[in-house]
Parts: sequence; C-alpha cells; structure tokens
Amino acid sequence: MESRKQMSQDITLEYPIKGMDFVSAGEASSNIKHTLQLIGFSPAIIRRAAIAAYEAEMNIVIHGSGGVLKTVITPEKIELTAEDSGPGIPDIDLAMQEGYSTAPDHIREMGFGAGMGLPNIRNCSDEFVIDSQVGKGTIVKAVIYRT
Amino acid sequence: MHLTELSELLEADIYCGQGNMKNIISYVCAGDLMSDILVFSQPHSLLLTGLVNMQVVRTAEMLDIAAVVFIRGKKPTEDMLELAKQKGIALLTTRKTMYLSCGLLYEAGLKNVPVPLAE
Repeated sequence: MESRKQMSQDITLEYPIKGMDFVSAGEASSNIKHTLQLIGFSPAIIRRAAIAAYEAEMNIVIHGSGGVLKTVITPEKIELTAEDSGPGIPDIDLAMQEGYSTAPDHIREMGFGAGMGLPNIRNCSDEFVIDSQVGKGTIVKAVIYRT
Repeated sequence: MHLTELSELLEADIYCGQGNMKNIISYVCAGDLMSDILVFSQPHSLLLTGLVNMQVVRTAEMLDIAAVVFIRGKKPTEDMLELAKQKGIALLTTRKTMYLSCGLLYEAGLKNVPVPLAE
C-alpha cells in the first residue's frame, strides 16, 4: 500500500524487439519484471505480468519479424501491448487453442512453439484483446489488475 | 527437500547458486519446451530439462524458479551462468536421464507443479 502512494505518476516502458534474436530475447520482460519489483507489486502479480510479457516478447521474436513491447504501469494495473509487423494470424480462434502452433522445427529446437503462448497470456491476464491482419501484423493487449 | 539433498540424490554438479543450496524445493516441473513450462507457476520450484540455452534461464527467471537441473550431463554455457548468477538461480547438471531423474525426485516425495496457472 505504501508503494502505491509513492507511485505519483504512470510509468511507460517501451522496448523494440528484434525478430529471431534468441540471445537478447527476454531482456525486455526482465526489465519490466525488475521495474514492477522496484515499485512493490506483489510477487504473484509480478509473476503473471512477467510471464505474459515474456510470452508476448517471444511471439514477436519467433513470428513477428520484429516489433515493440510496451508496458504502462499505473497504481491500479499493468497494461502490456505487443505489436509486431509479422505475417498476421489468419484464424485467431485456432491460434488461441492450446497446443496449436505454426512454429517450424528450428523454433521448437530453441524450446518454443508448443502452442501455449497466446492461451497462456490470456490465462495470466484479467483482460486480453488480440487483433491481427494477415500481411500487416498482430497486436496483443493484456491487462493485469493489482488486486 | 533442501536443494543440497536433491543434488546428492541426482549426483549433480553445481555450476552456480551455491548460496541457494539450503533452499527448500517442494515442486518440480520437467520438459524441453519452455513454452510448455511457462504454464507452470509455482515459485521456488525446480526445473528439469534437456534444453541448454539462454531462454531456459529466462524462463526460470520469469517463473521465480529456484534451480534448474540439466539432464544427461549437459552443461550450461558461460552466458547462461552469468545470467543465472545475476538472477540468483542455481544451475546444476546430472548425468542421469530425464525419466530416472523424475522418478528419483517423485520417489523422494517431491510434487508435480500444480496447473493451471491462473485461478
């Protein structure tokens, strides 16, 4: 509660994410997690936000050929927006099914592409919106409330 | 179970995180696909994996996992060690297979990480 009082203004973090860069992938989510720890969010809320951010970041790395991961932190909520300029998703309902993945074998060899990313972001969030246009890209927005 | 006992059970080498060895581990998750592991969210648990890359340490960081054990003698890279040290995550290696490692830990009373993640 004390840290909530100390947070006098909203914090916006914005990270450009490179496509197919598996070495620095995760750095943005790590910074987001660290910032939430400094502000004083509870470990359970931080974990949900960190997982959602990391899944969204990895989606940009794997599918998106680059994009931006933006986080707006207010005293009440954490708002994550992942925007990429990738191929887009033709069938969003299918992409939201656990286990469905279009990731090729070389991505699975890196430990990703289990078809759990988008469903996991939704499970970690209080609000979840996805918008995608084939040939243009995808925007995923996830909101996690403090209480 | 203390991480020390666990490492003895798996006859594991400790690469970093000696300071974590008194941590108590109650839950274990295992797998090579990090995107499958990311649905588990039980802090201070152990991850068993055959995958060796930076994203294993990143996954452990996001999930607040206390220690990672690599199976079949696979060793973490210098980059992984550096990141794990920064984040306070112990990295160990056992020569045992995934199946045997899981079996030994299960027999010793360690539990499966509960799913699903969200309430």
